[in-house]
Amino acid sequence: MMRLPPFTYLAPLSVGEAVRMMADHGPEAMFVAGGTDLYPNMKRRQFEPKVLVGLRGIRELVGVRGEATTGLVIGAGTTLTDVSEHPAVREHVPALAVAAGLVSTPPLRNMGTIGGNVCVDPRCNYYNQSYQWRRAIGFCMKKDGDICLVAPGSSRCWAVSSTDTAPVLWSLGARARLVGVGGERVVPVASLFKDDGIDYLAKARDEVLTEILLPPVDGLRCAYLKLRRRGSFDFPVLGVAVALSLDGGRVKTAKIVLGAVASQPREAVEAGALLVGERLTPALIAEVAGVAARPSKPLDNTDLTHPYRKKMTKVFVARALRRLAGLPDSPENEEEVA
Amino acid sequence: MPTKTILTLRVNGETHEVAVPVHKTLLEVLREDLGLIGTKHGCELGECGTCTVLVDGQPVLSCLALPVELGGREILTVEGMAPPGQLHPLQQAFAELGAAQCGYCTPGILLTSLALLADKREPTRDEIRQALSGNICRCTGYTKILEAVELAALRMSGTPSPSPLPQGGRG
Amino acid sequence: MSTEEFSVIGKPLAKVDAWEKVVGAARYADDFFLPRMAYAKIRRSDHPHALIKRVDTTRAQALPGVYAVVTGRDFPAVKFGILPVSQDEEALCTDKVRMVGDPIAAVAAVDEETAEKAADLIDVEYEVLPPIMSVEEALAQDKVRIHEYGDGPNIHKAVAFEFGDVEEGFRQADLVREDVFFYQGNTHLPMEQHAAVAQWSPDGKLTLWSSTQTPHYVHRALAKTLQMPPAWIRVIAAPVGGGFGGKTDPFSHEIVVARLAQLTGRPVKIGLTREEVFYCHRGRHPVLMWIKTGVTKNGEILAMHCRSYVDGGAYGSYGVASLLYTGALQTVTYKVPRYKFEGVRAFTNKPPCGPKRGHGTPQPRYALECHLDKVAEQLRLDPAEMRRRIAVDEYTKTANHLTITTCGLRECIDRVVEASGWREKHRKLPYGKGVGFACSSYLTGAGLPIYWNDMPHSGAIVKVDRGGGVAILCGATEIGQGSDSVLTYVVAEQLGIDPKDIRVATADSDLTPVDLGSYSSRVTLMAGHAAAQAAERIRTLLHEAVAKKLEVAPAELVSRGGRVFVKDDPERGVSFAEAAVLGETMHGTLACTGSYTPPKRAGKFKGSGVGPSPCYSYTACVAEVSVDPDTGEVKVDRVWIAHDVGRALNPLLVEGQVEGSVYMGLGEALMEEQVFREGLHKIPSMLEYKSPTTLETPEIYTILVETVDPEGPFGAKEAGQGPLLPVPPAVANAVHDAVGARIDEVPISPEKVARALELKKQGKPARVGPERLPVFKFPEPVKVASAFGEAADPSVKRKTQG
Repeated sequence: MMRLPPFTYLAPLSVGEAVRMMADHGPEAMFVAGGTDLYPNMKRRQFEPKVLVGLRGIRELVGVRGEATTGLVIGAGTTLTDVSEHPAVREHVPALAVAAGLVSTPPLRNMGTIGGNVCVDPRCNYYNQSYQWRRAIGFCMKKDGDICLVAPGSSRCWAVSSTDTAPVLWSLGARARLVGVGGERVVPVASLFKDDGIDYLAKARDEVLTEILLPPVDGLRCAYLKLRRRGSFDFPVLGVAVALSLDGGRVKTAKIVLGAVASQPREAVEAGALLVGERLTPALIAEVAGVAARPSKPLDNTDLTHPYRKKMTKVFVARALRRLAGLPDSPENEEEVA
Repeated sequence: MPTKTILTLRVNGETHEVAVPVHKTLLEVLREDLGLIGTKHGCELGECGTCTVLVDGQPVLSCLALPVELGGREILTVEGMAPPGQLHPLQQAFAELGAAQCGYCTPGILLTSLALLADKREPTRDEIRQALSGNICRCTGYTKILEAVELAALRMSGTPSPSPLPQGGRG
Repeated sequence: MSTEEFSVIGKPLAKVDAWEKVVGAARYADDFFLPRMAYAKIRRSDHPHALIKRVDTTRAQALPGVYAVVTGRDFPAVKFGILPVSQDEEALCTDKVRMVGDPIAAVAAVDEETAEKAADLIDVEYEVLPPIMSVEEALAQDKVRIHEYGDGPNIHKAVAFEFGDVEEGFRQADLVREDVFFYQGNTHLPMEQHAAVAQWSPDGKLTLWSSTQTPHYVHRALAKTLQMPPAWIRVIAAPVGGGFGGKTDPFSHEIVVARLAQLTGRPVKIGLTREEVFYCHRGRHPVLMWIKTGVTKNGEILAMHCRSYVDGGAYGSYGVASLLYTGALQTVTYKVPRYKFEGVRAFTNKPPCGPKRGHGTPQPRYALECHLDKVAEQLRLDPAEMRRRIAVDEYTKTANHLTITTCGLRECIDRVVEASGWREKHRKLPYGKGVGFACSSYLTGAGLPIYWNDMPHSGAIVKVDRGGGVAILCGATEIGQGSDSVLTYVVAEQLGIDPKDIRVATADSDLTPVDLGSYSSRVTLMAGHAAAQAAERIRTLLHEAVAKKLEVAPAELVSRGGRVFVKDDPERGVSFAEAAVLGETMHGTLACTGSYTPPKRAGKFKGSGVGPSPCYSYTACVAEVSVDPDTGEVKVDRVWIAHDVGRALNPLLVEGQVEGSVYMGLGEALMEEQVFREGLHKIPSMLEYKSPTTLETPEIYTILVETVDPEGPFGAKEAGQGPLLPVPPAVANAVHDAVGARIDEVPISPEKVARALELKKQGKPARVGPERLPVFKFPEPVKVASAFGEAADPSVKRKTQG
């Protein structure tokens, strides 16, 4: 049986207490929320913290507050089940409900939190393996080694950002509240990530992600599509989040964010810009999808092949935009439906 | 040996006091300290659903849950699904319809189904599929499992069952 | 024959072990917690191919809580393996490792964490050898050798047979077609990870509880490797949490815990991790195949020539049988008057392949059924009608001397054609939707034992208690398929009692007569016969005693409804319990044995031992799919499957076996694959080895066809493996019907479908599959006259039992 390594467990009741505990114990401590990402990693010895600071008992981290028209606030400790089933989330930011509802499996969504999903440790099929497997292949730089096994010539780690919710939050223009010993700050979700498989979060070690702040979403249309082998369990090997607002049939604002094709969610800025001021015609969508796929740079370290994931980026972006435009999924079916 | 902590756990309506290291998962404590071997395990990494138990009525994976986080919560395992000497309608239906072959994924699937039926009295087949999409079964192809959940739902809702056993398709 | 004449047979009863399973009371091997029990962990190889230069256990021994550490030197220098011809495994490797995960040393400690820590403290020094990771490399390589035995460097076995002149058949044909296919390896993935517990008694006897499908073979392997009398060893198969063939070999961990228990004087348990289960493997062999057939314009086969290039992995396992099975059963479904088969199994530095559900036959079945789909397309024939026309006839022999008894294939075809609406759908559904057809056949128990002997393959004891309770003792192993239930039904029917009055004790080498194990779909037929015979003998004794009391002739009595009574005067009779008292009074203790040995029908040529079976099951399948042309994703919407099971002893259990087979076949068709990278298993986890969930599993419509075979107990044939076989090719053929793409290899992943459609856009053939075959010179074929069309032995049509 795979078992956890020993640790001491601290159960703070407030965010203030949690960050103090973290500061007190230094680099040997880690936060844990739902544990669905951290505990498997600990069982495989990707992490061996001596102290865990459990966030589960902190009431203020749980729940969805506010109004969609002024901006919903989602506590980082809210479970993915609760996010995906929340009536206001479903009505006003359906892409977020969809993304949260597509994470792993029903029991895992009862345990895992949205904060945990945003901060999920980037994955790699050279890395998310047992200690013995990693010893056999030769440890990689993300844990116990000093090279990247996906790109041996590279000086950085290429583990894949595997969060479903972050691309959606980014596309919506959401912000994150971070609380640390030195105070708190609110940053755009877009600036929460760094392009590195190890050092992937622009968050200090002792900072807790406490809240996700959604902007007012009046009239915003959004979609999330996820590529994976099975309809359950699997992490995304490509995620496409699109959010746009329309004004008189023309696109006013647009953001396309790609997930699971780099070490952080990646915005297709150029493609989004092409949409602004235009009508969502099939021809424009096809053009934009091609441009959007450019920042997609998958490598051979997940399920399905990376050339396929790259190719599907274009298909999925087109499909997401077509859905928002009320068009059928595939251009080939257009006439039938019309 | 790591230090042990004394924890109080509510399992199947009983209060248990156990002295265990905090890094022992609920799965390990149920099986190794409380003798509740009905909770099985297939990966211990949250990748199969076999070890599912209910915490306050919600399916969770016991391999990724720590008893230290579960103080005051009601834990239900397969052993607690029905009063002693009785079977829950789900257990009855699973046995009658052949929904348990090797039986190893069965406890987790029964408990997940129990949570579903508490939430939805008459779930559609698609809703059952969704609810059980985190529990792998390698024996049955899920068909008899889906039928058994439907039969149990029917019996629990009080509607008389037209025929307890599937009749179609036999030559 | 209607089932009304039976009280128990044919009724949809709950499995006898269902109740303990739904309350969580069934005790699987890992559920044993014995007083003073120690936990074991195995240190495994980090290299796919290496010499072991030194194993230093000093640091492990010194760790507090460690009771014992063993290496290969702590065992007698004896190798083991399931087949007598491939004794090539060691309890712990002494000089050489042949795959990542090969066992090198083992620890017993106070708990599992300490054992694991100690195992990691064992220092192993290797001299690394070049690994051989594919059949192509293995056949091209003669300098580096994985084993020192076999039919050539890295060639475990090479075989060739020719039954009749195939070239002559090709000359007469209207169409000769050749195709190449690849079937990727995959694994059983039982939900239960293998576990074993060993305990020594103070008088020096060993008991082992294990999650095994074959306790008898584990018994033999323990006696051999521990060099001790079999009489002192007791092997008990705990309820098995899924087998599918993956727990059919004796395993190193079973031998290791036995030795550790002896050394520590404590019970010792080992529970493998999921990753270690991937290293045990013995799953589906990756097979590259070439097939050539000559057919008439109506699709009748005149000659067939098949070649298999089989990737065996690091050890022999069942490999010689697996290799032969990739050829032997190709003749049992359709009429093949001339047949040639050539096959080679190579060693590679990967976990050993072996028997997975359908043992060696899903791969050539995929090749043949996809190939025939192309033949039908080329000849403009309906693939279902063509198959119906060329289905084998009952009570005939095949070219390779296999005897067919009953065959319900035509009825199976008709029933699925009807149920699925095949005629309205095939080549008629809109782009992106399609239906595919395939058929198959499978053996009901291997006709020959694994080790040479003339003893029965299965034995049973039926004992009657004075209170009317009945006990069945039988070596058969319950792996979820319902073998305990089948034994109960058969005995209950023979004695006319309620199944609830029967207790079954199975799979315990001390208490139960030998049954060879739960593999090759043999248990219902063989153990069923043995139990039926034992019960019949008991019934004879009871009737004799009751007849005396009632002053009638024994032949006038029947046992039914818990009574023994005069057939023509049902009021005159006694209860079964009274009959038991009368019986014991007259005869003494009431216990009878029964046993079963299959008919000896193998052809008179070397290599004829694989393929013969008392009878064969038949299956026809239609799969309906939706293919997303933009992504290549395939969704199976519905599966219709008709299976000739001879007679369904319990239709509920048979349906369960069929549905489970369809599920496993769909996993193999669409997503499951055992793949390697840099000498390592790439994805040894439940997350990354993709097993379909409820969301990928379609509605399955099962149709049971009954032919009442004279060879089976009450006419029963197998159901647990055959229905897997037609599923992958039916899906492949449906994908072609949907989007015009031929995916000539499994799994049919979305990228392959997308690539084929891309090729089509470029005006190239829309096919993805292997392009070439390795260079290999097969041996001169064993030439044997074809027995095709000969009538089956007249003794075959003996009276159906029951």
